[in-house]
Amino acid sequence: MIAEWGHIAQILALIVGVLLAIIPMVGSYRGWLNWMQMARPLAQLQFLLVSIAFVALCYAFVQDDFTLSYVAQNSNSKLPWYYKVSAVWGAHEGSLLLWILMLCGWQAAVSVFSRALPLVAIARVVAVMGMISVGFLAFIQFTSNPFETLLPFYPVDGRDLNPLLQDVGLIMHPPMLYMGYVGFAVAFAFAIAALLSGQLDAAWARWSRPWTLAAWISLTIGIALGSWWAYYELGWGGWWFWDPVENASFMPWLAGTALIHSLAVCEKRGVFKLWTVLLALSAFSLSLLGTFLVRSGVLVSVHAFASDPSRGLFILAFLFLVIGGSLTLFAWKGAAIRSRGQYDLMSRETLLLGNNLLLVTATLVVLVGTIWPLIHKEIGWGTISVGPPFFNLIFSILIVPFVFVLGIGPLARWRRQPMAQLRQKILFALGLSISAGLVLNGVFGDVEHFHAALGVVMGLWVLICTIQEILANQRGNDSLMTALGKLSRSHWGMVFGHLGFAISIIGIALTSTYTTETDVRMQPGDTQPLAGYTVRFDRVGPLQGPNYRGTGGDFSVWDGDKHVAQLHAEKRQYLASGSVMTEAAIDAGLFRDLFVALGEPLGGDAWAVRLHYKPFVRWIWLGALVMSFGGALSICDRRYRLARRRQQSQLKAQEVAG
Amino acid sequence: MNKRIFLLLPLLAFVAVGVFFYSALFSDPRELESALVGKPVPDFQLPDLLNPQQQTDVSSFGEGPYLLNVWATWCPTCRAEHEFLNTLAAQGVKIVGLNYKDEPTKARRWLAQLGDPYVLNVLDYEGTFAIDLGVYGAPETFIVDRQGVIQYRHVGDVNVRVWQEKLADLYRQAGE
Repeated sequence: MIAEWGHIAQILALIVGVLLAIIPMVGSYRGWLNWMQMARPLAQLQFLLVSIAFVALCYAFVQDDFTLSYVAQNSNSKLPWYYKVSAVWGAHEGSLLLWILMLCGWQAAVSVFSRALPLVAIARVVAVMGMISVGFLAFIQFTSNPFETLLPFYPVDGRDLNPLLQDVGLIMHPPMLYMGYVGFAVAFAFAIAALLSGQLDAAWARWSRPWTLAAWISLTIGIALGSWWAYYELGWGGWWFWDPVENASFMPWLAGTALIHSLAVCEKRGVFKLWTVLLALSAFSLSLLGTFLVRSGVLVSVHAFASDPSRGLFILAFLFLVIGGSLTLFAWKGAAIRSRGQYDLMSRETLLLGNNLLLVTATLVVLVGTIWPLIHKEIGWGTISVGPPFFNLIFSILIVPFVFVLGIGPLARWRRQPMAQLRQKILFALGLSISAGLVLNGVFGDVEHFHAALGVVMGLWVLICTIQEILANQRGNDSLMTALGKLSRSHWGMVFGHLGFAISIIGIALTSTYTTETDVRMQPGDTQPLAGYTVRFDRVGPLQGPNYRGTGGDFSVWDGDKHVAQLHAEKRQYLASGSVMTEAAIDAGLFRDLFVALGEPLGGDAWAVRLHYKPFVRWIWLGALVMSFGGALSICDRRYRLARRRQQSQLKAQEVAG
Repeated sequence: MNKRIFLLLPLLAFVAVGVFFYSALFSDPRELESALVGKPVPDFQLPDLLNPQQQTDVSSFGEGPYLLNVWATWCPTCRAEHEFLNTLAAQGVKIVGLNYKDEPTKARRWLAQLGDPYVLNVLDYEGTFAIDLGVYGAPETFIVDRQGVIQYRHVGDVNVRVWQEKLADLYRQAGE
C-alpha cells in the first residue's frame, strides 16, 4: 500500500516538474510576476513529492515488500536493516530515484536560500532545473520504474543485494557522489539563466560560487569514499583503476575544479566570462555523459549495472537535448558577452588560465581515453584497449606543470606581476622543496626512486609556496597572528584546498612507489616478514554471518617482540547469490597500512595469503578531506552572507517605499 | 568571426561524439565481432612468460582445439575468472594464456599462488600480439579449432554460466 503511494507521488512529481519547467520560464519572458512567483512553491512541492516516493521505496525495502520487482531483485529478508536501506540505491532504478531526490533537493535549496536573487533569475534557474528533473522523472517512470510490481506472482524471498555493495563505505558513497554530480546542475542552471538574460556579471559569479563549491565538495568526498571502498572491499589493495565508472566521476570533478577557480577570476576581475560559462555547462554535461556511459552499456565496465539499449536511447536523446541545447545557446548568445578586465601576460589571471587549460586537458584525456575504444570500433578500425598505463603516463606528465603553476598562482598579483618580485620566492621554494624532498625521500626509501622523489618535491613545493603566500599577507605593523586573523575564510579555503592537494599527491607518489605486495602460502602458526614487521597466522575457523557463511583467519602483527595489531580477514560466501567475497583486514595508520587478505584455500589448513604494506596510502583520502574542508571554509565566507543581508534590507526598503 | 568559431566548437565536438554514441548503442560490446573469426591465429614472436629466454610463436600453441585466454594481474575480473579456468583445465580443456601488458614477476607469482591452468603463457609486454588479435581489454577468450582457426571471441570473464550456455558447445564443435 505504501509503495503505491510512493508510485503516485513519483507520477505527481513528474507533473509538477512539467509545470515547474514551463510556468516560471514563460512568466520570466512575459513579465508576469505571479507566474514567476510559482517557481519557489513548485520547486518545494516537487521535492516533497520525490521525498515521499523515496521514503516509500525505503519502507518497501525495510519491510521486505517483494511484490516490487526492484526490491525482490536487490534485497533479501536476511539482509541487516541498514543494508536494506542502502540497497535502495544499490542498482539502476533506485539510484536514479536517489539522483532525482538530490536534484529536487538542490532545486528546493536554491529556492529557499536565494532570496537575494532577482525574481527573473530565480524563476529561470529553477525552471531549468525543473526541465532536467522532468527528463529524469520521465526516464524513471517509462524505462526504469522502481515501483513496478510482480503481482500476482511474487517471490517469497529476494535475490539479495550484490555482496560487493554490502558495505558501510558503500552506504555513503553513491549519495555523496550524486550530490556532487547533480549539484553541478545548479551551476548549469545559473549559466543557462545568465546566457538567456545576457547578464554575465560579477553578481552572477558570486551567486554561482557557493553552489558550485558545495557540489564540488560532495563530489570530492564521494570519489574519495569510492576509492577507499575499492581499496578495502575489492580485496585488491588498489585504490584507483581508471575504470569507466570511475572516469565518469573524475571528469566532472576535473571540470568542476577548473570551474571553481575560473568563477573566482570571473567574480574578482570580470574576465574569462565565456570560458566560465562553458565550464559550468561542461561540468554538468560531463555528469550526464558519465550517466549515459555507465547506464547505457556502451562501455563494458567492471562494475556496470544492468544495460539496456532502450534506456541508453532515452538517455542519449536527453543528452542531445540538454547538452546540445545548452551548447547551441552558448554559440548563439555567447557572442554578445564581453569581458572588460585587462591583464598582463604575467599575472594571476594568466596563471589561473594556465591551470584551467591543464585541468581541461586532463578532462579531455580522461574523456578520450574512456570513449576512444568505442569510437575506434565504430569507425571500423577494429577494437583497441586503453588501460591504466595510458592514463598514468599522461597524468604523470600533466601534473608537473600543473603543480608548478598551482604554487606560483596565489603568489602572483592580479592584473600585473613583475617577474623580478616573484623570482626570489620561486627560487627559494624550488630550492627548498627539491632539497628537502630528496632528503625526506632518502630517509624513507631510496633516493633513486624518481617518481616518489618527484611526488614529495611537488607536495613540498605547494606547501612552501602556500606558506610564503600566507606570510606575504603580513603588512605594516600587524603581528603575524593579527595578519592571519584578517584573512578571509575563502582565502583559508584556498590554502586548505591547495594543502589537501599536496597531501594527496604525496600519498599517491609514495604508495605507488613503495607498496610491497607478497602472496604467500601460510598455515596457522606460520610467520612471514612484511616490511620490517612479522605477520603470524594464528588460526583459521568457520564463519557464520546473517546472510553469508565462510572462513575467518586471525593474524597477529609483531614489531620485534611488540604486538602491533590483531587482524581478522574473511572469505565469505553469500547464501542467496552464491558469490564469494574477500574481506581484507587492514591495520590502518597515518604512515602505513598493513593489509591482509585470504586468497584461495590450498588444502588442509593452508591458505594463499595476500600481504600488503602500503605506506602513506591514507594520505590520498586525507588530502581529499582537507580539500573538501577548504571548500567548506570558502562557502562560509562572509561576503556571501553579507550580500544576502544587504539585498534583503534593500528589498525591505523597497517594500516600505512601495 | 574567430569568436563565432570558438563558440560553435563545443557544439560541433559534442555532436560528433554523440553520433558515435548513437551507433555504439546498437552494437553490443560484449559481442565484439572479431575480424579474425574464421581466420587463423595471427603469427607472433614473443617470449614464454615462465621461461623468457624461450621464444614462442603460433606453432608453440600446438594442436587445437584450445582456448586462448587474455589476462593480466591488473585486471580484477581476471582474478574472478582464474578459479574457473583452473576447473576447466582440470577437466582437460586446453588453455593457452596471453599475459597482456603486465609485469612478468607479478604474473609469475600469480600463477604460482593461484594455480596455473595454462599449457603455455605468452608474455606480451608491449601488447603487440594483442593488437593483432584485436583485444579490447582483459579478460578475453578466443576459441581456436583443430586447424588453428579462430572460431569465437568472448569478451569478459569465463564463468560457469557462460561456459555452460555457450562456450562449452563451441569448444566441442571446434574439436570436431
